[in-house]
Amino acid sequence: MSRSAFRSLSRAMFLGFVRDRTALFFTLLFPVLFLLLFGSLYKSSSAPRVSVLEVGRVSLLDQAESAAPGQLGKVLAITHTADLQTALADVRKGDYDAAVQQSGRTLVVHYSIADQTTAGIVQTVFTSIVQQADAAAAGGKGGYQLAAAQVEDKSLKPIQYLAPGLLGWAIASGGTFGAAITLVNWRENKLLRRLRLAPVSVGTVVLARVGVTIAVALAELVVFMAIATTPYFGLKLASYWWMAVPIVICGTLAFMAIGLLVGAFARSQQSATAVANLIILPMAFLGGAFIPLDYAPAWIRDVSYAMPLRYLVTAMQDVMARGEGPVSAVPAIAILLCLAAALTIISVRVFRWDSV
Amino acid sequence: MSATISVRNLRKSYGSKVAVDTVSFEVEQGEFFGILGPNGAGKTTTLEILEGLRKPDGGELSVLGLPPWPRNAALLPRIGVQLQASSFFERLTAREQIRTFASLYHVPTRRADHMLSLVGLDDQAGVKAEKLSGGQAQRLSIACALVHDPELVFMDEPTGALDPQARRNLWDLLRKINADGRTVVLTTHHMDEAETLCDRVAIMDHGKILELGPPAALVRGLDTPTRISIQSGLLDAVTAGQLAASADSLPADSVSGSGSSDIGVSDDGVSLTFATRDPAVILADLAGRNAVAGLRVQGATLEDVFLQLTGREYRA
Repeated sequence: MSRSAFRSLSRAMFLGFVRDRTALFFTLLFPVLFLLLFGSLYKSSSAPRVSVLEVGRVSLLDQAESAAPGQLGKVLAITHTADLQTALADVRKGDYDAAVQQSGRTLVVHYSIADQTTAGIVQTVFTSIVQQADAAAAGGKGGYQLAAAQVEDKSLKPIQYLAPGLLGWAIASGGTFGAAITLVNWRENKLLRRLRLAPVSVGTVVLARVGVTIAVALAELVVFMAIATTPYFGLKLASYWWMAVPIVICGTLAFMAIGLLVGAFARSQQSATAVANLIILPMAFLGGAFIPLDYAPAWIRDVSYAMPLRYLVTAMQDVMARGEGPVSAVPAIAILLCLAAALTIISVRVFRWDSV
Repeated sequence: MSATISVRNLRKSYGSKVAVDTVSFEVEQGEFFGILGPNGAGKTTTLEILEGLRKPDGGELSVLGLPPWPRNAALLPRIGVQLQASSFFERLTAREQIRTFASLYHVPTRRADHMLSLVGLDDQAGVKAEKLSGGQAQRLSIACALVHDPELVFMDEPTGALDPQARRNLWDLLRKINADGRTVVLTTHHMDEAETLCDRVAIMDHGKILELGPPAALVRGLDTPTRISIQSGLLDAVTAGQLAASADSLPADSVSGSGSSDIGVSDDGVSLTFATRDPAVILADLAGRNAVAGLRVQGATLEDVFLQLTGREYRA
């Protein structure tokens, strides 16, 4: 491989990309706009009522209800349960905001601090319940106490799934469209043939293209992290966030391989675009990019295992938001790399230099 | 020294369609060689086999003493190929295009810039390839084909869709390339182009070479009458008829009338036209009568050779 040929081809492809306003918009700006839009939308849509699990019987809640009928229901949505452990697990998963239990005169509140507004409401409401119960008791001294315990909430907040999800979608479409459209255009305008007549290896040409696409994908990663971690969106990056870099690289390879296969069959830029859209758009919905898998219907969760995008998105969520270790990404990376290798082998078999 | 290109019994079929059918020819070093033929005659396929883009089905083939198939890395730096379409990197300027191609051949930037001015694109160096005019794009494409100073240059219909000015301009460039000692092989369906540029031409149709030789020799071999025209009304019909008959030793009544016969005289009200195999007699006579206003003498052209060989019926 020649280094000067690699450098100049990379440069040519990079300039071709950054001068293409449409491609630039759809690859970089469009996903960022989605992030800004959905990030802001979901941010303000916190539930008006605080959901609380009543573990066993909590007489203080009954007292508060009888003192002011119907008032409690305006702030709290109460569900009864018997087991504390399952109740705590539910709070941890983010299904409920708090679990409350009464032992004697002590009211024990286990609450999630994932959302500070909700946590604030929980504290205020239960403090006032305890104070009122005290005040209502004989002589104003009921001896009631509040014991608050924080529960670590493992569920993802909107920005935590939106940022990796939309980034995964951006990388998937960037890789697929980049590879497919480059291949088709170069075949149609005979540049592919011109390069075949120059003393440059196919490997050099492919590597230059892969290098440019990976550089663009990493730039997207930086832009997404910069936006998501602003105080407004408030994404807190987990300690192994840097594992997103190898995940992004492997994801780019896998989706470029998909694009290569599309480009090998498509005969025009229009048909390449159509086929790539047909692959990427449903995958964005079924692979957890647009709809977080935690909240998706069971059938989508099942189907998602067949979507390469699922592995890219969940691996990034794990290391960037859930705080999983670097090893957690290994299966996803392996799956993406195997897919890239398998599709590249098929693409090489069906590859055509010329349209005829 | 062996020929620059040597082809013997070359064959290539696409399915049941025979594109190249036992073609043989040689091209000498420094020669300007043209392959002529109607669309679909097999010119482009022949060229693509010579360039090493397609595998021949049979026959012997050597380019600069080397086999072009499979892709021959030793041959690639020695040949330059200008393709029919303008094959450029998207959204790169003329200068960026040629520098990119130069680097593929390890040619310094300086030489790339020099090539750009050689084809007269200095003023367009910063213009993106998509915005160049047809002639400018074609010149850039030629500059890219020549940037590594190849010994042998292939051109596939270089003047394809150009206006007359751009064609003439490009011809000068092609002559210059050939005068520098490079062997040039070009395909075209413009007869005038082949006639003015090529040392030898091969006329192809249906995958076969029908005629091969210098354009002038092919035209001479055709034995077509020379057409001499003067302004109408300078000679009366009887005198014209007698003159035509005496020149070609024919009976006077067989030469006048319609212009459809091979030999004779016709008058369309604008020009009086003699078609004769002995132009000297008629020209001397006209000069003697001082009846030379609007004189035009037209010999056969390569186009006549071409049409006689390939037929006149229209092919889609």
